[in-house]
Amino acid sequence: MSRRVHFMNWSRTTALSVAAIVCLTMAGDACAELIPTPNFSDHDIPSTRVVEAPSVVWNAVDVGVLLVALSLASYFALVVRSRKYLLWLSVASLLWFGFWRRGCVCPIGATQNVTLATFDGTYVVPISVVAFFVLPLIFTVFFGRTFCASVCPLGAVQELVSVRNVRVPRWLDQALSVIPYVYLGLAVTLAATGTAFVICRYDPFVGFFRLSGNASMMIYGGSLLVVGFFVGRPYCRYLCPYGALLRLTSRVSQWHLRIPPTACIQCRLCEDACPYGAIEEPTESPSVEQLQRERKRLVVLLFMTPFIVGLFAWAATGWRGTLAGWHFDIRLAEALKQEDLGLATEPNTATEAFRGSRRSPEQLYEAAATHRDRFAIAASLLGAYIGLVLWGKVILLTLRRGRQEYTPNKSHCVSCGRCFQHCPVELVRIGLIDNVEQMTHETHEVAT
Amino acid sequence: MSSVPTDYPIASNREQQLQERRKFLQNGLRISGVLAAGTFGGFLAGRRGKAEATRWQIDPDKCVGCNNCATQCVLAESAVKCLQCFDMCGYCDVCTGYFSMNYLSLDTAAESQMCPTGAIARQFIEEKAGQRFFEYTIDESLCIGCGKCVKGCALMNGSLYLQVMHDRCVNCNECAIAVSCPTQAFDRLPANRPYRVKQSVYPLIQQKAAIPERDDARQLLREVSPP
Ligand code: SF4
Ligand code: SF4
Ligand code: SF4
Ligand code: SF4
Ligand code: SF4
Repeated sequence: MSRRVHFMNWSRTTALSVAAIVCLTMAGDACAELIPTPNFSDHDIPSTRVVEAPSVVWNAVDVGVLLVALSLASYFALVVRSRKYLLWLSVASLLWFGFWRRGCVCPIGATQNVTLATFDGTYVVPISVVAFFVLPLIFTVFFGRTFCASVCPLGAVQELVSVRNVRVPRWLDQALSVIPYVYLGLAVTLAATGTAFVICRYDPFVGFFRLSGNASMMIYGGSLLVVGFFVGRPYCRYLCPYGALLRLTSRVSQWHLRIPPTACIQCRLCEDACPYGAIEEPTESPSVEQLQRERKRLVVLLFMTPFIVGLFAWAATGWRGTLAGWHFDIRLAEALKQEDLGLATEPNTATEAFRGSRRSPEQLYEAAATHRDRFAIAASLLGAYIGLVLWGKVILLTLRRGRQEYTPNKSHCVSCGRCFQHCPVELVRIGLIDNVEQMTHETHEVAT
Repeated sequence: MSSVPTDYPIASNREQQLQERRKFLQNGLRISGVLAAGTFGGFLAGRRGKAEATRWQIDPDKCVGCNNCATQCVLAESAVKCLQCFDMCGYCDVCTGYFSMNYLSLDTAAESQMCPTGAIARQFIEEKAGQRFFEYTIDESLCIGCGKCVKGCALMNGSLYLQVMHDRCVNCNECAIAVSCPTQAFDRLPANRPYRVKQSVYPLIQQKAAIPERDDARQLLREVSPP
């Protein structure tokens, strides 16, 4: 105590630097000898004031809103068949989940929480987050991607700006639509290893929802919106990892939206209606010989699958360094080693802080080594998965099936309802025209 | 209906068979999918005991006040602010958190202060045995969470610390500061006790909360997770 009192009386200009030197030259623990908090005659020592956190009830409310929105979206898309209602609902979802709840939590990001919880028993995943992940998938298995139609705030933003309809060439569309699966694999790998939540880090629109964000985020989101002006829903079609899951689920959906309310009359009026390239035209059903040939080809392709997958798994072992580079402990261990070897050029707050902590470098190196081993396995698994995705795409492209109608492609259709009003059968249903010929005649006259 | 093409292929027998088979396959997939989702949800809910909502917090014992908190938050004005833990403060006259290294005089002139925004208020409390004591209080609306005062105070008692303020934080799924924190000081706390204090302070708050008239201490204790 006396040392402190003396110290207080020293010359003012040197006091601070001396304090620094005294404390820094003594090993950390010596500094634990603190200046006691005084007892005042008539002044109570206040308590730190902290502000209460928003109630967890909001989480339950969110799940409720999600359920209602999903039900309404499915009802509007499949029963009412109203583009207008779907659009208003998406505006409402955008306001609620986007601007009011500021973009968190969303099913796309929840994929990572659920993954991490699966692989790391110590990680706590709130039950509401699990609900956000599972509910849209369950709705999709029955009604198609009605979640994308008007519940997802990211989808809603893009839906609202999608005003021009530039057709993406089929081959390019097919190639780009593989990206979401790869992105999903990467995000799951990084989440499972406790490395990062990349989906959240590269969420394009969350900056808009919060009306703040760093420049690169805003540029990324802004350019996606500009692209989305001409090419419908670029994030949904070529990036969204949850969309990849929804596509798989929607493929087997029970009551997916149809373009005509009853039988398709093949007037071709809806052919170009979908800005998302999801409408497929009728095709001849293959002949018996064709079918036999295709079946043989399918057997060959299926037989090749394990080899392709194995090849990718093997090739992917090279990625483990890149993947591991995302992990904090591994980066820190590397920086520490560099410094010890005298190769480091810049001072590093992380290593500085680490040297001041109680963890020993040996502990860190050991942890880093364990993580590296894990990444070796993770990289191969990711490679195998990507191989499977690519090969699966190839197989699907070679399969042909006969279609009698203009149908939305169940995996790519987001149930937005834009095509409805292009269909004369639908227009008759809602009473806008008396019979289909009123529309089909016109086009035939133009055609001839 | 003359102009409507009627020659589109009618589903043949074989086609029907194929469709039946496809339907059967899809039904199977759908049922197994829902079952899988159910099992998976059940598995995660099986850990329900700890499946409560969480909030981001800084462990003040780990934080080194590196300035990332001011710049990396997704909000333009960071959700992280400085807090004064009065129970740890020495009420020093020469506060190493308040005064900048090259201060001119022990007064409240802006150029003497460490804080770039003048968020710390210095108030004289008492003079005892020739020693003058001052209370330092943070004005949260001015603080930008730069950590300069935290670093300064760490040279003495370390009563100033940075913390995520829950009235501002939007609880990002991945906290952008946590990603860049060089000491990995961020973690998630249960949302019903969403604040963390320095380990050594927790017992002090407990003691104070036992005093009948200290409602403020009891209120704080309710918000703080035990170390
Ligand atoms: S594809 Fe993704 S971003 Fe688009 S609407 Fe669906 S979930 Fe949302
Ligand atoms: S509802 Fe129609 S327009 Fe909308 S995505 Fe599906 S097929 Fe395309
Ligand atoms: S980033 Fe970490 S070390 Fe830096 S000020 Fe924030 S909590 Fe402290
Ligand atoms: S953290 Fe920075 S802005 Fe906040 S009180 Fe301390 S010095 Fe001032
Ligand atoms: S969770 Fe988000 S808002 Fe909160 S401190 Fe971190 S970055 Fe800022």
